[in-house]
Amino acid sequence: MPPPLKSLRARSSMLSSAAEQVRLLETTRGVPRFEERLAVAQLHPLRATGIVVFQINVGKLCNQTCRHCHVDAGPDRTEVMSRETAERCMAALAPTDIPTVDITGGAPELSPVFRYLVEESKRLGRRVMDRCNLSVLLLPSQADLGGFLARHHVEVVASLPSVVPAQTDAQRGGGVFEKSIEALRLLNALGYGTPGSGLVLTLVTNPVGAFLPPAQEPQERQFRQRLARDHGIVFNDLHTITNMPISRFLEFLLESGNYEGYMQRLANAFNPAAAAGVMCRYTLSVGWDGRLYDCDFNQMLELTIGHGAPSHVRDFDPEALHARRIITGNHCYGCTAGAGSSCGGATT
Amino acid sequence: MDTYYHPKDLAHFADMGKGNPELWEKFMAYYGAVFAEGALTAREKALIALAVAHAVQCPYCIDAYTQACLEKGSNVEEMTESVHVACAIRGGASLAHGVQMRNVATKISM
Repeated sequence: MPPPLKSLRARSSMLSSAAEQVRLLETTRGVPRFEERLAVAQLHPLRATGIVVFQINVGKLCNQTCRHCHVDAGPDRTEVMSRETAERCMAALAPTDIPTVDITGGAPELSPVFRYLVEESKRLGRRVMDRCNLSVLLLPSQADLGGFLARHHVEVVASLPSVVPAQTDAQRGGGVFEKSIEALRLLNALGYGTPGSGLVLTLVTNPVGAFLPPAQEPQERQFRQRLARDHGIVFNDLHTITNMPISRFLEFLLESGNYEGYMQRLANAFNPAAAAGVMCRYTLSVGWDGRLYDCDFNQMLELTIGHGAPSHVRDFDPEALHARRIITGNHCYGCTAGAGSSCGGATT
Repeated sequence: MDTYYHPKDLAHFADMGKGNPELWEKFMAYYGAVFAEGALTAREKALIALAVAHAVQCPYCIDAYTQACLEKGSNVEEMTESVHVACAIRGGASLAHGVQMRNVATKISM
């Protein structure tokens, strides 16, 4: 088994620089600029249509180091949201009617402000989602996490790329499939994914390699059948998500000689309908330090909200953000290829 | 590297339409209809195509249908089994022709 990966940052990789990633993406051979494709689809400049999802990335700390991670998260990352910033997030959310709070990371549950954000968001009557890597539920320090999530009716959005153990481990690290199955059994035992419980368990699958995800519906059928048959596991929905050509997945693409081919594959599969429904149009993404972004991918490329709209949660102003102009680039092909991709799965 | 089959040549497949556009259009319409969802799913059809690609040993088809199978949600475990199906039929076809050998041998032997 290969040793666990370290983050790009810990390895002082050239790709730990967001500016370097953007430079690479914007000069890819054989790929037209994303904005040109948007213009042909009559969507340029892309604008938000409101805020339905308040997505909070609480930091880069994670107990796993997945090979495709767009955050470059890992145990060696120390960036986590402060209580002050978390309180600013809740103060921003409170007067709005934004229905959904989507908490992500890293492994968001490891953040000291995670439980505060859950409790406060629920107190404000919002739907709360936790983007969970599953193995975090088995950490001794998180022994009560499953119960906490169930008690607050937090929707668990859990990553499981493949029903084949070797494929899941190839992407997420040795032994992760087995841990994921154990964690899914724990969630099922709490009622997650079972009819009538009201506890929602959504699985997320990313391709284990440089290719597009399959159609969501048949893939969900396949997962449902295999997980029930082989492990007795149930879940509500499956979301398919395209791997974004940034951060550690970008490193994989470059090292495996797949970069140009993958980018061309994404660009050739550009779908105007998917572009019209991209998640950044209805999402606001808050970084661990309070900066505001159009999406979690822009956050990792350090492309803060621009064009005059507020760029920090302390200056949150829903009116100024609702129809803001969205920052786009060639990485956006990742969300507009084929059936489209978002934190909520396929978009068409 | 100089090679008879170059992976980039697959992108020039449509050039075959230049010699006879009408036949090309008919072939492509048929091809598209064959691979559409039907009584068999598109995923199942891609697995069959992958097996056939190995049987006819077309490098372009192997490239294209390996990618297509992965993008339609098949995994390497399933794709390997489909190649074994091609292998079993090719091997089985050789072995089954052994019956002809036996028939001829029986006929001409004492």
